[in-house]
Amino acid sequence: MIAAKERTKAAAGAADPMRPELYRVQRSRRESSDTFTLELTPPRGYKPTPFQPGQFNMLYMPGVGECAISISGDPADDGVLLHTTRVVGTVTRALNGCKAGSRVGIRGPYGAPWPVAEAEGNDVVFVAGGIGLAPLRPAIFHVLAHRRQYGRIVLLYGARTPEDILFKPMLRKWSSRLDMDVYVTVDRAEAGWRGNVGVVTNLIKRAPFDRLNTTAFICGPEIMMHYTVLEILGRGVNEKGIYVSLERNMKCATGFCGHCQMGPFFVCKDGPVFRYDKVKRWMEIREL
Amino acid sequence: MTIHDLEPILREHPFFNGMSDEHVRILVGCAKNIRCNEGDFFCRFGKKADEFYIIRNGKVNIEIDIPQQGSMTIQTLEDGDIVGWSWLFPPYKWNFDARALQLTRAISLDADCLRNKCELDHDLGYELMKRFSAMMMERLQATRLQLLDFYAGPAGAKG
Repeated sequence: MIAAKERTKAAAGAADPMRPELYRVQRSRRESSDTFTLELTPPRGYKPTPFQPGQFNMLYMPGVGECAISISGDPADDGVLLHTTRVVGTVTRALNGCKAGSRVGIRGPYGAPWPVAEAEGNDVVFVAGGIGLAPLRPAIFHVLAHRRQYGRIVLLYGARTPEDILFKPMLRKWSSRLDMDVYVTVDRAEAGWRGNVGVVTNLIKRAPFDRLNTTAFICGPEIMMHYTVLEILGRGVNEKGIYVSLERNMKCATGFCGHCQMGPFFVCKDGPVFRYDKVKRWMEIREL
Repeated sequence: MTIHDLEPILREHPFFNGMSDEHVRILVGCAKNIRCNEGDFFCRFGKKADEFYIIRNGKVNIEIDIPQQGSMTIQTLEDGDIVGWSWLFPPYKWNFDARALQLTRAISLDADCLRNKCELDHDLGYELMKRFSAMMMERLQATRLQLLDFYAGPAGAKG
């Protein structure tokens, strides 16, 4: 079991948490029109701190700036570091311009991870909205790698349009498994789309899980998480079994600067993954 | 499938959960079993809304045809969902198309039959209105969330 203190300890990351290491871009892969995945390899001789599912790194583009991006790869794969993000600002735009061989500064990993060990023995429901699938993906890799430790595994994924669906080959692979239920929906689609149309919260009422023994991991826009939590609570899942990944303006990533403060928490250090009952009070306060 | 076979199906359906035996029997009198093959329409925009449907198994797209653009899907309905409430309100015409995305089995309830029964038995009418109102609220909330287009904002990416 990963205790809260140990989860926080994982935030410590490398020896000097403010010093980036220059990683090499091995490949930049386009996931959708505005989303891409960087495959990064560490400098020779450098032993990166292993990450836990749900943690993030600070990615630094010299002369441009730094931003927090969740790790989207397999935590068991210590060779290549994967970061999936959307172009939303100057740093991500610069990262999107990286080619094979480009250098990117990395510091981390930071933050409290998804409590995958605490979920053992339970059904696990992943609810992802949009790019929120990226921070959840390492946790999905983990539970599938330790399949016998978990009950049903359900992934509910909502995207804006069929073109915006991330990790399509991976979703097809997961859908073909007999020990995992994958449901995908999009908000809008033109003729020809044979999948579901509707918001991701619509998928919850039919999702196969045991309400008394379920852990739910939710990641997406905060408004989507709000309505997702309501639906999951409506199915009878205890709020102590619900975890959300929050997003705030992270700068130092070590809990010093206070940019990401939310009530008594620093999202970078105490989160980004929180048990819902711990943060629901603060999530309900406007503009916090 | 006989009319007697439909009674347990309606009784077990979540939409009719808790409804009295008497009311379920009245509904069965207006019900019939139907199937639509992939691509078949349950209803078409502008046509008379003389039925509504309970999906037993399958998938149905609620669509609207946009001139010069083709059909757009608004929502996908599945097992246990209800298709249609236009039969409840004048002028009793469908506002959207409903097309089977795959072979879909459903129970159709005749609108004239039901409306007449509801006029004769206001308790039944109230029960149905309560259930349809709850479903309409759920669909309205889902539509509002779709309108928010919440995936357009930054999430996961932080700079």
